[in-house]
Amino acid sequence: MDIIISGLLLGGTYALIAMGLNLQYGVARIMNLANGELLVLGGLASFWLFVFAQISPLLTIFIVAPFAFVGNWLIYRFLLRPLVSRAKTQGQLEVDSILATFGMSFIFVGIMVMIRGEYFTYSFLAAPFEILGSTVAQNRLAAFGMAVVIGLALYLWLNHSRAGMAVRAVSVSPDTAKLVGINVARVSALAFALGGAVTAVGGTLISTFITLDASVGVIFTMKALIIVIMGGVGDIRGAIIAAVILGLVETAVATLIDPGLTLASAYLIFLLVLLFRPQGLFGKRPT
Amino acid sequence: MRTNDWQSIVIAVVLFALAAIVPFIANGYQLSVAVTAVMYVGLATSWALFSGPTHYISLASGAFFGVGGYLVATGMSDYNLSFWLMAAIAPLVAAVLAILIGLATLRLSGVYFVIFTLGLAEMVRNLVSWIQNNFLGSRGLYVLTDFTEAHIYWMLLGVCAIIFIFGWWLGRSRLGFALRIIGNDEAVAKHVGINTAWSKVILFMTTGFFAALIGAIIAPRYSYIEPNQVFSPELSFLVVIMALLGGTQRLWGPLVGVIPFTLVWEFINSNFSNFSTLFLGLAFLLIVYVIPRGFVGLLQTWGEKIRT
Repeated sequence: MDIIISGLLLGGTYALIAMGLNLQYGVARIMNLANGELLVLGGLASFWLFVFAQISPLLTIFIVAPFAFVGNWLIYRFLLRPLVSRAKTQGQLEVDSILATFGMSFIFVGIMVMIRGEYFTYSFLAAPFEILGSTVAQNRLAAFGMAVVIGLALYLWLNHSRAGMAVRAVSVSPDTAKLVGINVARVSALAFALGGAVTAVGGTLISTFITLDASVGVIFTMKALIIVIMGGVGDIRGAIIAAVILGLVETAVATLIDPGLTLASAYLIFLLVLLFRPQGLFGKRPT
Repeated sequence: MRTNDWQSIVIAVVLFALAAIVPFIANGYQLSVAVTAVMYVGLATSWALFSGPTHYISLASGAFFGVGGYLVATGMSDYNLSFWLMAAIAPLVAAVLAILIGLATLRLSGVYFVIFTLGLAEMVRNLVSWIQNNFLGSRGLYVLTDFTEAHIYWMLLGVCAIIFIFGWWLGRSRLGFALRIIGNDEAVAKHVGINTAWSKVILFMTTGFFAALIGAIIAPRYSYIEPNQVFSPELSFLVVIMALLGGTQRLWGPLVGVIPFTLVWEFINSNFSNFSTLFLGLAFLLIVYVIPRGFVGLLQTWGEKIRT
């Protein structure tokens, strides 16, 4: 029971991160490997503001989100857009964007190491909380709650607004979206920026209950990618279920076997997905 | 063979002979930089043999390299086996690992492959640490041999020679031709009857084999080995940068990337170690935005300009 509850709570936060990556990869078609670093940056901001200004991480997200949005928009506009226009094929774009975002991830890590080379440890809402007979830390619950709220808002916006519809159209087919008068370049930039903001907020939430440090980003990138692929690229519903599965399996492995094996368990899931359902949980097999 | 080929062979032999006498003239520090450089020449060249034609960015070098170093260390420390035996076994183990990874990922699109190799070194390290802590008991392993730095250098140089000969052969073989077609258009490759998945898997296997061999040979240099030290994700990235910086369209491309980069990297690491990660990032951006075809591409462009 403990495992299921903590697994679900962890999965909720993972779902938020995966949603961010899904917007960036599924809509803007940029494989952003600096995603994890962005998350850690969100965590660093939260650590910094909490330690030096006593600002609650739950408020920090409102500061982090606009900054991450603008920052990611600039990155897309000035660094990634040129690659999109230069690429002749989707494969070319993938190679270029992978290398460019690697570069960015290293630059982020380099900057963060300069700001703070040690762990971002702080204690926020660390008090225990009783739920369905098992005890969890309040911070996990708060993070989960926020993740649900943000995720729900995003889902509603995507499915019930004009702009959200344009985003979904680009995600399905950028070429056809152009024909119905959607400014694909603008929508892509918007999706990329929004995805970045969601990821950074996810980092702020995660940092309340997981101790981050400057170099841990790549692990989160891996996990987010595994979730997105397991759920099916561009499929929000699939990503949520995949995130919960990953959260549950990781928590189970960490409690029953060894906390050092969480990444290995994520890999095992990834391997199974690649072998049996490479198109994602709900994806259709391409004909 | 054409005269052009003979020319290249003569140049290669002369360069190789020059490289072989480095230990006689270099001092201790220079030799240690040279060992690092030769190590990366081998890693980057064998990386480019696979990733050059297919455009699949493999980040598995660190994992294979670690498998090589770690197996040598466990074999010698825990089971009293000889260095030579372990140095022969390690590359085979890595090759099998590479086949399995290749079979799981290379049938699908390139992105899955990149993602899978991205965390591979870290994952293998976690797994190895776990096995070691729970079942083997010891934390560090000793690799004690009579090799000097010069011996290691010559062995690595020998491996590089083998890699170059292999690459030269590959460029003229059916397999190499098949890979170039796959890299240009996988659909066309399938239609002309190439078994695309296996061609990629076989070549990926050779990359894994050579990376583990190099990892095994360099292990005596460190004498004390921990999983945290040999399974370094950073190594995979360095290999990618060096190979791309040089250019992957020519067999000698990575070589012209490795040597300047190793020197700069040594300099930055010893003088501005706080900035090394930042520097890596800038190097990636430089490659993508300024010299996408590497030094080789630059040389070609200049060559064409001079001729016209």
